[in-house]
Amino acid sequence: MKTIIFQTASNYLLPLLLLFSVFILLRGHYLPGGGFVGGLIASIAFVIHSFANGLEKTRSIIKFHPGFLMPVGLVFAIGAGAAPWFVGQPFMTGLWFEDPIPVIGMVGSALFFDTGVFLVVIGVSLTIIFTISETL
Amino acid sequence: MNLYDYLYYVILPVLAICTIIIFARFLMGPTLSDRVVALDLLLTTGIGIIAVYSIHTDQPTFLDIAMILALIAFLGTVAFSYYLEKREKNE
Repeated sequence: MKTIIFQTASNYLLPLLLLFSVFILLRGHYLPGGGFVGGLIASIAFVIHSFANGLEKTRSIIKFHPGFLMPVGLVFAIGAGAAPWFVGQPFMTGLWFEDPIPVIGMVGSALFFDTGVFLVVIGVSLTIIFTISETL
Repeated sequence: MNLYDYLYYVILPVLAICTIIIFARFLMGPTLSDRVVALDLLLTTGIGIIAVYSIHTDQPTFLDIAMILALIAFLGTVAFSYYLEKREKNE
């Protein structure tokens, strides 16, 4: 769409929404938020940019095919699930570091699992939406 | 009459009546563009209701849901207008 207001707004909305999605991802587990919602917000940021500036410009921002994010995210999630085996505990036990890290807060295996979900959701939704808008 | 009574007995009924009227327009809407605008307005009214309940129940996390709903409503309206424009070009 050739509207200069929407194009300018989308250029500012993209980094803002990506920051908000990371905030939602880190706030999860005990408060509303988490990987799924964060991934949806991040993909909405790219979709708004692609509606305003065309699909090719958004592709040149992402640099690689978003489908590659799916296996990377699954490796993250399986790695977070398998980590308790190394300390002799059952699969998918929640492990937590003793001291909270500044800014991020308490870090445990649940955060890495959520990061995996985040990447998988971005990959799936962007692949679906890009394929649909290509064929139309 | 304090703020909570005002929200509960004035603002919420007004928003509820608005929702019914907008839904009638959504069902009648002669053209597709009317329905798209009605849908956008329906979601905006929903954001208002969420904000009222957020104040009434003293839960600030409800406002995040309202924010995400506003984002999705904006995206939906943009996508609808994008494809409407594209369809008119093809015909």
